[in-house]
Amino acid sequence: MEIEKFMPANYFCEVYNVDFAFVNSLHEFGLISIVVYEEVPYIEKEKLKELEKMIRLHYELDINLEGIEAISHLLNKVDSLQHEITSLKTQLKLLESERI
Amino acid sequence: MEFIDYYKILELDKSANEAEIKKAYRKLARKYHPDLNPNDTDAKKKFQQINEANEVLSDPEKRKKYDQYGKDWKHADEAHKHQQSGSPHSQGNGGFGGQQWSGGDFSGDDFSDFFGSMFGGQGKRSQSKYRGQDFNAELKLDLKDVFVTHKQTLTVNGKNIRITIPAGVEHGQVIKIPGHGAQGVNNGPNGDLYLTFSITNNTGFKREGNNLYKDVDLDIYIAVLGGDLTIDTFDSKVKLNIKPETQNSTKVKLKGKGFPVYKKDGEFGDLFITYKIKVPTNLSEKEKELFNELAKIRNHGN
Repeated sequence: MEIEKFMPANYFCEVYNVDFAFVNSLHEFGLISIVVYEEVPYIEKEKLKELEKMIRLHYELDINLEGIEAISHLLNKVDSLQHEITSLKTQLKLLESERI
Repeated sequence: MEFIDYYKILELDKSANEAEIKKAYRKLARKYHPDLNPNDTDAKKKFQQINEANEVLSDPEKRKKYDQYGKDWKHADEAHKHQQSGSPHSQGNGGFGGQQWSGGDFSGDDFSDFFGSMFGGQGKRSQSKYRGQDFNAELKLDLKDVFVTHKQTLTVNGKNIRITIPAGVEHGQVIKIPGHGAQGVNNGPNGDLYLTFSITNNTGFKREGNNLYKDVDLDIYIAVLGGDLTIDTFDSKVKLNIKPETQNSTKVKLKGKGFPVYKKDGEFGDLFITYKIKVPTNLSEKEKELFNELAKIRNHGN
């Protein structure tokens, strides 16, 4: 394990002022991964942005874990649809220019 | 600078109590929160207004001042001086449990000038606790620029960064440059820089993904009799053999003559050529005579 790519979950909880139980629940819901190394739970730094977002949804908007899970799926779907729209717009421009 | 009706923003009456303000704020925050509306600048703007309205109305001191001076905000300066001269005004966040939205890419312009005038500066905003904030920037390039992988120096927040722009990036594509956002705190990692490419196309080629499209004029004689035609590809020239009796709008595919495939060295899309047959104009008497002759042969078979 490349330790510099991870941060101890307890330290994360202390800095962000969140309960470890909440972070662990996110892990149990499959929304984040907690890696245990020498009996210490760690969080991947690369995933901090996603984790911060989930914390905001929970603590600022009162959204529970089931809600966060549903939102994560929907946001992924929105992202994929936005890509599809961009691609379709390009195709449409091409077809429109052919008609002229 | 105009007066901002914070009650209207939160869809509240002036008599709203703390619980109603909190409820209204949360309801609107759930609707417009940037985490729930990615890449939606209208929602982000609306959320900033909601946040500002909550910042004022959920703080009893700020609300009192707003109610007293709001519509006559020009006098707020005097009130502010009074505040600085020793009035025990609270700087707390008020009725939302001290919580404020802390994520995303809010910058120094989170609060309106009106707010600044009334309350003498920025509202309280939670700062990064560990990981630095992400930055977003747009990079404008010409289609020709992204045909080859190249390096470019960008200035982001006063710092120069040299980045490699891989050939084949697309218009609207976002790439992450790790560690080039704001500095982290408590030994946390820096945020990331997200670069959105805005690619203008002033070439005669149309691009869709890795494929390129181009219309090529074909004179009627080559179309009818066949022959060779040299055309421009994106970066070179190629000689095409035109078959006799080629019809208008015939398409040909030139494999591997399209745009580079993003992050796949040596791989290219295809180039699609559409022949546009040009009918000659300003015919001489001799040409008209010969075309008439051709027409007779075509119509009568001799």
